[in-house]
Amino acid sequence: MALDDHIIQRWQSSRILLLGGSAGSFKLLYRIVKLLPAKCSKTVIIIIHRKKNFFSEIEKLFAENSRMCLREISDKEPIAINTIYVAPANYHTLVEKQGFFSLDVSEAVWFSKPSIDVTFESVAEIFKDQVTAILFSGANQDGASGLLKLRQSGALTIAQNPVEAEMTEMPQSAIDMHAAEYVLSTTDIFKLLETPPDT
Amino acid sequence: MPDAKESLTDAQLTELIDIVKKIHGFDFSDYTEASFRRRIARVMMIKKLEFYDLKHLLINDPNFFQEFLEEITVNVTEMFRDPAFYKSLHTQVIPYLSTYQHIKVWCAGCSTGEEAYSLAILLNEEKLLKRSFIYGTDINTEVLNYAKKGIYSLRKIKSYAENYLFTGLPGSLTDHFTMMYDAAAIHSELKQNTLFSVHNLISDTVFNEFQLISCRNVFIYFETELQHRILDLFYNSLCPLGYLCLGNKETIRSDIFRKKFKVINQKENIYQKIGS
Repeated sequence: MALDDHIIQRWQSSRILLLGGSAGSFKLLYRIVKLLPAKCSKTVIIIIHRKKNFFSEIEKLFAENSRMCLREISDKEPIAINTIYVAPANYHTLVEKQGFFSLDVSEAVWFSKPSIDVTFESVAEIFKDQVTAILFSGANQDGASGLLKLRQSGALTIAQNPVEAEMTEMPQSAIDMHAAEYVLSTTDIFKLLETPPDT
Repeated sequence: MPDAKESLTDAQLTELIDIVKKIHGFDFSDYTEASFRRRIARVMMIKKLEFYDLKHLLINDPNFFQEFLEEITVNVTEMFRDPAFYKSLHTQVIPYLSTYQHIKVWCAGCSTGEEAYSLAILLNEEKLLKRSFIYGTDINTEVLNYAKKGIYSLRKIKSYAENYLFTGLPGSLTDHFTMMYDAAAIHSELKQNTLFSVHNLISDTVFNEFQLISCRNVFIYFETELQHRILDLFYNSLCPLGYLCLGNKETIRSDIFRKKFKVINQKENIYQKIGS
């Protein structure tokens, strides 16, 4: 599958960019954070599997290389535009219809907290077709059913081509569940995200 | 997995909250919606209930409500969750607490007791436990029974022990437990000055005066206005210059709060009451 006008137009008109990944996704997410323009007129939410109790440099590394404002999500934080949000370790991140994030310490999903499924499902419920969601490399199937729910809610859903993924299971599970409307190469994903917003 | 089902409509959710409030006296109307919906979906999935069945059970089966309450509230907790928090409690707060003749601690929303016992261990390490008293409260009687026992599975203890290592406290967590087969029981000296009892933050009032109140990862389930009401309750339950600890992602964005509390540690959300 390649980029076509339809996918580009849907990317341009979406308000939320959701990025999910686990093992093998860090470098890709880092590149995306770097390439997004300062005023992309979107809210970017990143869910990457991470361990508790490890002092994490993710936010620092991302923030230093991003042209957008970057924040680790705290509870009841308003969802702002032109901002990249990173889900904190040891919490699930949810979104509320009044336009803010909320956190949850409930049971891990697929042994993961943050779980990609939990956030994807929550975003699907609130933002429906205003979302572009991409699922990257990872070693378990977290994210696949969330991506399916997003697709069913009218979001643009993309899986990284498993052939290129360091860990294939995560994007492959999404494809097997028919959750990914498009399967794109990393080059195409970058190209798509570099397309300037609709004005 | 939870959330697989179609979620409830707004009207259904309101109806459910109304039933629980009128029949059982628990008010969930100011709970954060997204996680509350997720919990309801989870109960319906685990118990294989349609909305109608759930409603029916809540109205007609007096025993069902306790089960419902257990599933609806999040009872995931850890000993020494966020080790950095305990570290700063140790260095920034304990020295002040040690100047009191009696140290009364309130662990609000204590669930199965892990946090209350973490505080007991910390106070014991500083030889303060004998003149301390720790109250653990929750709305859920079932988790309180669990807390009173102070017995945890080895699987849990293993993960708590990892947290403990990062706190900088001497020895290891298991020094404070007696192992029995596949479980571990907290030493009875650590249980001595604790009391676990029912208290509802939403409807109950001040019941004592405390030097330290810890209420971590409870506010994430409450709407902002409700948080403010409970902050008032905490303020009125603290002695002058008493300490309040919230979860480290539970930032309070309100002026009222800043006028009543001084920040002791911004990152770990530790505050001190100002004024009387």
